[in-house]
Order: sequence, then structure tokens, then C-alpha cells
Amino acid sequence: MKQYLSLFRIRFINSLQYRAAAYGGMVTQFFWGFMTLLLFRAFYKSGAADFPMEFSRLSSYIWLQQAFLTLFMIWYFDMDIFNSITSGNVAYELARPVDLYKMWFTKNVATRLSRATLRSFPILIVAALLPKPYGFSLPYSFTNFAMFLITAVLAFLIVMAFCMLVYISTFYTMSSLGVRIVAAALSDFLTGGIIPLPFLPDNVQRIIGLTPFASMQNLPFLIYSGHIAGAEMFRGIMLQVFWLAALVFIGRLWMNSALKRVVIQGG
Amino acid sequence: MIELRNINKTFKVARRNAGFGEALKALFRKEYTYIHALKDVTFTIGDGEMVGYIGPNGAGKSSTIKIMSGILNPDSGECIINGLTPWKNRKEHVRNIGVVFGQRSQLWWDVPVIDSFELIRDIYKVDEAVYRRNLDELVEMLDLAEIMRTPARQLSLGQRMRCEIAASLLHDPKILFLDEPTIGLDAVSKIAVRNFIRRINNERKTTVILTTHDMQDIEALTERILLIGKGRILLDGSLSELKKRNSEYRTITLEYSCGEFEEIHGITKQSQINGHAVFSVDTNIITVSDAIAHLSKNADITDISVVGASAEEMVVSLYEEFKI
Repeated sequence: MKQYLSLFRIRFINSLQYRAAAYGGMVTQFFWGFMTLLLFRAFYKSGAADFPMEFSRLSSYIWLQQAFLTLFMIWYFDMDIFNSITSGNVAYELARPVDLYKMWFTKNVATRLSRATLRSFPILIVAALLPKPYGFSLPYSFTNFAMFLITAVLAFLIVMAFCMLVYISTFYTMSSLGVRIVAAALSDFLTGGIIPLPFLPDNVQRIIGLTPFASMQNLPFLIYSGHIAGAEMFRGIMLQVFWLAALVFIGRLWMNSALKRVVIQGG
Repeated sequence: MIELRNINKTFKVARRNAGFGEALKALFRKEYTYIHALKDVTFTIGDGEMVGYIGPNGAGKSSTIKIMSGILNPDSGECIINGLTPWKNRKEHVRNIGVVFGQRSQLWWDVPVIDSFELIRDIYKVDEAVYRRNLDELVEMLDLAEIMRTPARQLSLGQRMRCEIAASLLHDPKILFLDEPTIGLDAVSKIAVRNFIRRINNERKTTVILTTHDMQDIEALTERILLIGKGRILLDGSLSELKKRNSEYRTITLEYSCGEFEEIHGITKQSQINGHAVFSVDTNIITVSDAIAHLSKNADITDISVVGASAEEMVVSLYEEFKI
């Protein structure tokens, strides 16, 4: 365990040093969130009753999404891992007495967490100061807040487990670009990254609800604002646990078979 | 103890001719060829030995190293290293080995070298006291004190290579695999690295397997050489044996102010420019002293040197002999 903690530490510190990127990210995310809200405002003006969510809840959803972008967006891949496979540097990682799956998982968690640490709070604080209903509001209830924290952690781990599948696929395809683009585009839509899932037609929602994508950012954000409450929260957590276990299981199995036929590129 | 028996490895390689049309065709039907990287590779290396593993580019050296370090699965064959099969017991096996790939880096690019060392300490779960002792020793031997706090990206190649080698020895490995450790280094760094490798082998009794194209490395370090070509082990013997095979030839280099030289049976002129001439002498036909007497008959010689075949020349003649 200590080896992975140590890896986490060095990676975390390593990513913390990119301050300019953090400032840039903060400003971008803030404006992106603002533009999204303005767009939705135009729709709401034509008839707020047609929409499944109160505008203030939507605002909270958008701000959480922008603040924690680096935690929950699938497309936030760790390019180091792709490069190490294509260039053959993975040789060094395999020559260490560690589990490659756990090592990459840890590396990813560290990178994303350190980026989120720098970005999330300034965005949330500024967003909280905005006038109603555009601002970031307090959680719906104390229970919902606690559940938000639990589901957010689980959602983050599911995102990681899903990303692992994309990394492992590079052992077979050698160029990660294709898989990366498909995974990014699909997941952005299916996780509620473009529009929140409750805005989709009921049938579509029901199907997406069964996939791991609905267990990612969708669940914690909707719990925070109270759109999902009561027993439905527990059902969500059960599904999250199931998907986390399933994705990790598939990932480990796939990694093992990939390593059996791995070819180290270049001399 | 390292034992390889009948190791085979084949790679599938996509091939196509140059050009746009060919590239389009390859979209639908790829042509593959199979390259037999290793064919029935068999050898044994005892504890504490230092072995030079040589062969031309693409002969299979790196593939063998990768198999021995648990990174590559062979198609068939057996490999037992200290009782473990590298690709089956990868995690236990790699705990006892150190690897340096001269063309890659194991140091973290953006952080000071010492941070990478500490990460390696934690990854191998090295005891703090052992780590301290090893680190002090390595810092002293490789002269790292100045550069340890510098990020890896700002080190020169020679400095980085010294750090790479130190990084692979922090956990007291029993076996050290060095894949072209002196590639691209200047003379001073090369000698520092060589001295260090010899010391590690002497003092810690670490088994060292070294691949290189630099024959001076081989001459300075190893008693035993394994020659591989086209995936086969062609020769397994000592450097002195090899020298004996090539011992009938001497090279005589002359500086002279005036005069003429005449080639006779057993003496072949290799070059002659501006008062500088090189001859090759076959000692089976003519002795060295007779050759010198003959050459000095009609010329005024100012300087003379006689040398046996260099390791470089021996390897070239070996490559020619085995047609690789």
C-alpha cells in the first residue's frame, strides 16, 4: 500500500506545479459555466414549466460540473500513460514489483485530484457569490450533502475504472486517438456533460440509467441539489457499487491478457 | 543463476511498400511477415559473473534482456532465474533485478532526481537504513552529490545515465541488466560508468549482463562474451579465447622519412600516405622481427608500433565469419 501512496504523493506534487494551467483552467471553466447558464436562461424564458429542473438547481449542477471538471470528465486522460505504451517506456514500469493496474489507477487519481484541488474551490466560491438563481446554492439538506460526498467519491472511481479500459485498449490499437475520441464524445453526452440527463426523453433516460455513465457525475450532482432524494439515493449507490466492481474486474482481466501479449515498442 | 533453454520468440511485423497507393491497399489488406527474433537461445550464467552480450543491431539482444527481466513473454522455451520464471512470477522476480535501458529513462522528468530515488525506495520497499547506505555509497561512487537536487530534464546525458544506473541499484538487486549503458556518452562518463560497473561486480558480487556495441566496454569489463546473430547464440566463450583465434595477425604502423616498401608473402600493405604506412603481418608465415627487418631494409623509419587485433576487429571478423 505504501508504494502506491508514495506514487500518489510524487504525482500529486508533480501536477501541482503547473500553476499557469490552473489559472487558465479556472477562468475557462468559469466562463464556460456562465455561457451555459445564459443559454439555458433563454430556453427557460420561453416556458420554465416545460423543464424538469428548477433553474437554481440547474445552476448548482452546472457549477459543480465546471468546478470538478478534472474529476468527472472522461476525456481528461493522462497522456503519459498513452505515451509510455506507444513509445515502449512501459518497459520500466513492468520491471518494477508493482501491479500495473493499481499503479496507473493511482497515478490517474493523483493527477486529477491535484488539478481539482487547484481549480474547484475558487470556482465554487465565486459562483456562490452570484445572484440567485444563477449562483451556486447550498445543498438541499444535510443528508443530501453527505450522500453527495459518498456518491461523488464512487463516481470518481467509476470514471477512473472506465478510463483504465481506454488505456488498456492502447496495447492493442497502438494509437489511442480513435478510441479516445469515441470515448470522449459518447461519454460526454451519456454522462450528462452536455445537458443534464433529466432533460432527455424518459425512455432514453431509463436506458442510460442502467449504464455506468449515469453513475458518474449525474448522480452526485443531482443528489446535491435535491433532484434525487430519499430511497432513490440508495438505489443509485447500489448501482454505483455494482458498476465500480464490474469495471475494475473487466479492467484487471483485460490488463492481464494484454500483458501476456505485450510487445515493447522500439529497440 | 540464470538458465535459458530453447527460448523462441517471433514478432509479427506489418510491411508495405512506399507510396500512397500501397498505403491505401494496406487499409484493406495488411501484409505481415514473421520475424524470428530468437531461435533456440540457450545459455547459463552463474552468480557473480559479468557477461558481455554482443551482436549487431536487431540480433535479438534487447529481446533476450526483456525476456529475462519479465517484460516479454517468449513463444516457447524455459527460463529460470534464481528459481523463478520471469514472466510467470513477474512481481517476485523483478524485486531481485535491476534494469537499465540506455535509450529510455526511469527518472521522473520534472522532479529532482532524489524524488525519483525515494519513489523507487518505496516501490521496492527498501528498508530505510539499507537505502541510506546504498544511496551514500552510490552518490560517492558515481559522484552524484551535485546533481541529485536537479530535475532530470536538466541533466546532461552523462549525468542522467549515472543517475539511471544508481536508480537501478538502490534495492540491492542480485542481477543487473544493462542494455547499452554507455550509448552516447563522452569518454570521461564512459570510463566512470565502466569503473563503477566493475566495482559493483567485485564488491557486491552482483551478476552483470551487459549489451553494448562499444567493444572497449567489453574489453574493459567482461571476461565472458555471448555472441548473438539473427536470433541464434553463435559463440559463448571468453575474450582471451577469442583473442587467440585472431592472434596470428599483427598490425605494424610505421612513420618514415624516406624510402620504399616492398610487399612480400606474409606482409600486406593496408595503407601508405605521407610518411605513414600500415601493414598487416601473418605470423604463421613470417615472424614479427623478420617483418620489421624486411621493412626497415630500404627505408628510414622514425617510429614503429606493433599491435594485435583489437576487440573491434575481432568482432568484425566474427560477424564476417558467421555471416551476420
